[in-house]
Amino acid sequence: MEPFPYAPAPESPAIVDIRPSYGLFVGGEFVDGRGTSFKTVNPATEEVLAEIAEASPADVDRAVQAARTAYDAVWSRMPGSERAKYLFRIARIIAERSRELAVLESIDNGKPIRESRDVDVPIAAAHFFYYAGWADKLEHSGFGSTPLGVAAQVIPWNFPLLMLAWKIAPALACGNTVVLKPAETTPLTALLFAEICQQADLPPGVVNILTGAGSTGQAMVTHPGIDKVAFTGSTEVGKAIARAVAGTDKRVTLELGGKAANIVFDDAPIDQAVEGIVDGIFFNQGHVCCAGSRLLVQESVYDDVLERLKRRMSTLRLGDPLDKNTDVGAINSSEQLLRIRALAEVGDAEGADRWSAPCDLPTSGFWFPPTLFTGVTQAHRIAREEIFGPVLSVLTFRTPAEAVEKANNTPYGLSAGVWSDKGSRILWMADRLKAGVVWSNTFNKFDPTSPFGGYKESGYGREGGRHGLEGYLR
Amino acid sequence: MTATLSPATSDASLRRFLHGLPAVDKVGADARAARLGTRSIKTTAKAYAIDLAISMVDLTTLEGHDTPGKVRALANKAMRPDPSDPTCPATAAVCVYGDLVEVAKQTLTGSGVQVAAVATAFPSGRARLDVKLADTRDAVAAGADEIDMVIDRGAFLAGHYMTVFEEIVAVREACERPDGTAAHLKVILETGELQTYDNVRRASWLAMLAGAHFIKTSTGKISPAATLPVTLIMLEAVRDFRDAHGQMIGVKPAGGIRTTKDAIKYLVMVNETCGPDWLDPSWFRFGASTLLNDLLLQRTKLATGRYGGPDYVTLD
Amino acid sequence: MTRATPAARVGVRKTSKLFIGGAFPRSESGRTFVVNDHEGGFLANAALASRKDARDAVVAARAAFPGWAGRTAYNRGQVVYRIAELLEARRDQFEGELRASEGVSAATARQYVDAAIDRLVWYAGWSDKIAQVVGGANAVAGPFFNHSAPEPTGVVAIVAPRGPLLGLVSVLAPVIATGNTAVVLASEAHPLTAITLAEVMATSDLPGGVVNILTGRAAEVGPWLAAHMDVNGIDLTGVEDPSLARDLEIAAADNLKRVRRPRAEDLLAPPALDRMTDFLEIKTVWHPMGS
Repeated sequence: MEPFPYAPAPESPAIVDIRPSYGLFVGGEFVDGRGTSFKTVNPATEEVLAEIAEASPADVDRAVQAARTAYDAVWSRMPGSERAKYLFRIARIIAERSRELAVLESIDNGKPIRESRDVDVPIAAAHFFYYAGWADKLEHSGFGSTPLGVAAQVIPWNFPLLMLAWKIAPALACGNTVVLKPAETTPLTALLFAEICQQADLPPGVVNILTGAGSTGQAMVTHPGIDKVAFTGSTEVGKAIARAVAGTDKRVTLELGGKAANIVFDDAPIDQAVEGIVDGIFFNQGHVCCAGSRLLVQESVYDDVLERLKRRMSTLRLGDPLDKNTDVGAINSSEQLLRIRALAEVGDAEGADRWSAPCDLPTSGFWFPPTLFTGVTQAHRIAREEIFGPVLSVLTFRTPAEAVEKANNTPYGLSAGVWSDKGSRILWMADRLKAGVVWSNTFNKFDPTSPFGGYKESGYGREGGRHGLEGYLR
Repeated sequence: MTATLSPATSDASLRRFLHGLPAVDKVGADARAARLGTRSIKTTAKAYAIDLAISMVDLTTLEGHDTPGKVRALANKAMRPDPSDPTCPATAAVCVYGDLVEVAKQTLTGSGVQVAAVATAFPSGRARLDVKLADTRDAVAAGADEIDMVIDRGAFLAGHYMTVFEEIVAVREACERPDGTAAHLKVILETGELQTYDNVRRASWLAMLAGAHFIKTSTGKISPAATLPVTLIMLEAVRDFRDAHGQMIGVKPAGGIRTTKDAIKYLVMVNETCGPDWLDPSWFRFGASTLLNDLLLQRTKLATGRYGGPDYVTLD
Repeated sequence: MTRATPAARVGVRKTSKLFIGGAFPRSESGRTFVVNDHEGGFLANAALASRKDARDAVVAARAAFPGWAGRTAYNRGQVVYRIAELLEARRDQFEGELRASEGVSAATARQYVDAAIDRLVWYAGWSDKIAQVVGGANAVAGPFFNHSAPEPTGVVAIVAPRGPLLGLVSVLAPVIATGNTAVVLASEAHPLTAITLAEVMATSDLPGGVVNILTGRAAEVGPWLAAHMDVNGIDLTGVEDPSLARDLEIAAADNLKRVRRPRAEDLLAPPALDRMTDFLEIKTVWHPMGS
């Protein structure tokens, strides 16, 4: 008998109702865009899911006006205790519609249903629940209690709903109104969230959702009616935003790229470290800004760690994102797949050794197998550039000081991992790592109460926790 | 053993070896076990898993009020879990106290179902070594195919690793029969008393070094008994032991596994931790009593498409 | 009895130099500029810092950063307090300089020197408290110890505002009390007091390179500091030309420096925490809790 072939266990897509086309959500209702439109596809099948409006500068203007009106007339005047109730409502509706949101997220993004179901959607709901509680306690925040006004928020495609929650929940709790643009390739959960705002009877204009690509985002960021820009995405675009707002009064928070070191010492809890390495780089197909994409292994345990890691990677199940047993889903777009392939080829060309987990790739859709490169040094491009895919670069080190030096030897500084059974060494390392989040003996953990954000070119400002309020208050 | 120095020469040398094993982070281990528990096993995979689980059951009764009649009934059930369906596999063994081995053996001889006996002053293990050895020899002489011994948890927690080691070696010798064959030895760690996962990993290695054929979580008399993360730690230990010594050791979670859903989680864990080599009654067992009937109910549900009830499985 | 009238004594003038890495070099460019008093009379020649002086200052600040950030907060507080002590001891000199350069009354000069000393003392006390106020425990939903604490951003460039003493102290003290090192471009209008302050710092316990002071033109040196890839933050408080401020902010985006924009503020008013938190990074550390 063949050993335990798990039968397919797909989550039914019937729970979601995807419309053939979507307009923009402005002033509490769906309106036709004045620009052109584009298609969003299921990256696992390349099937077109819907026609999406591309917001033009005129649409941006309309949305900013709606947000300003809502800010002046309603939201900034509403007592925090009342704003809180709307946010609590939203948190509850997200939880109630969690299955629908999870399936839709997996269809549009390509991420495994296990992750959208167990990570993205519950943490999104938790963010609204957490910040709802702040709305009437801002005077205790240490950042004042005066909102900024209208926030332009631009989010990426890797955690569409979760990033929306990270942006909208604190903004609304502080009394701001928002114009949010989901990524071009993953607009659907943001549009479903617009429906949730309607269900919650959120006053019109408090949340406006504009779909579109980079030019829409640019129009939002440069709009004179905006008081605040919050962006999560690439460092390149982050820098462009920082330049665009120079000399204005617009406040900015940026959560950008990373090239995190995940450091494994010879006394690490080795089985959990291997899990952490796998979680660190293969979670969400490696489409994670804080991914542990540089594995630094103490040379004395290199062979053992590599053998365990490869064995573990061989049990990863790649395939249908809606299958509950899938660990690794589809790459979000053909564009991203090309970028991953190109950088992996650079790794080959630079003489690093590529190893991919044995798995069959589906014939349609965008796929890349879980892959690691050994023989990588700090002089390899794959150790320096963010690949944003399921590709791990493995380096070695000899001493704690060398580990710190290598870990910090990057313009990024978003996250880092340390695995050791020795408490004092962990604290020593954590103190020296230039990263906004240090996961010790764990990785890729997120919580609404826990501030997240980078050092250096990984951006500025923090999202989550009390610190996440700072970017929305004056 | 080869020319390598055995660590089993003193408490101190064993301590250095056992405490040199990689640490276990409890939160990470719990999370890994929980995640494996979210695998969704349906249809054909479920049918496969249910039959495999049935064939891995050590159908157990370890009560003060056990009688020959009770044991005979259990033995019959072990041979024919579903009397109405000849395709239903037999269980791996029945597990009883030593004084009832003969009764079980009478019923099971020739059936392929093994007779396992708990020994060594089960469940506490609080007796002199010669008493424990006599207990073991009695059970083997009565026909036991397998001996489930308990380690001296007090000695382990006191750091007297040599005491624990030597006792296992001695019990294994006591498992030998005059004809040169020997009963298989399962070593119960009683993980609920060891409490930490580091202790579970160390005790697993200690038992394997001393010659255990199987390592087993629990007596069933202490709570918690078997848990998924504890079993994960033990599966990692046997996997690593094979890597180091080329020798396979079996794993038996016992106590607290009552539902098909639970059993399938364990099988998924075996599959993804040790690989399919261990998906075999020779290398993985469930110490259980009520689990079998739930497996049978689920088996029927899969076959007929409707839910069954207790009237349709045998209660013994 | 008559005596010959002695010739009037010729004063010894001070040459004003830069303050880099604990030393007082001239500008590598060899240039100086004239600093006048409030009535337009000659006060002194000040070194006119060049881009290479800025580069050297950044190197010195970077070299000093690990040691300074690595000191205990208690120790940093003591060092900053020591600067206040020395300033108090030399207050007559500073009051005199303020009166000469700005033409303020004796009472006003005294008020500003008092405020500058008190501000140093205020920030000295913050060094080992700011972490408690802006950091803390995060109650995450899981078995994890989770803790956020502030850390210094790194090397911070500062374009100091007018107000030769209080202005400079107000922008510098929060930056160094929290563990950053600084490259300060002194107020173009009032560079001399900045160098006198450097002399105070040089004789305090402040390690060389923690504070580096340049005198010169914001429009010339500012862009080099703003674009420098080894500078982590920039405080534009003293940039008076809005278009220069904008240009510097644009240049600062090259490595995403933390930028503090110029804005109107009353130097005499009690400060808030923002001058410290603007150049602090919040680091959050997770660790599982399990036996």
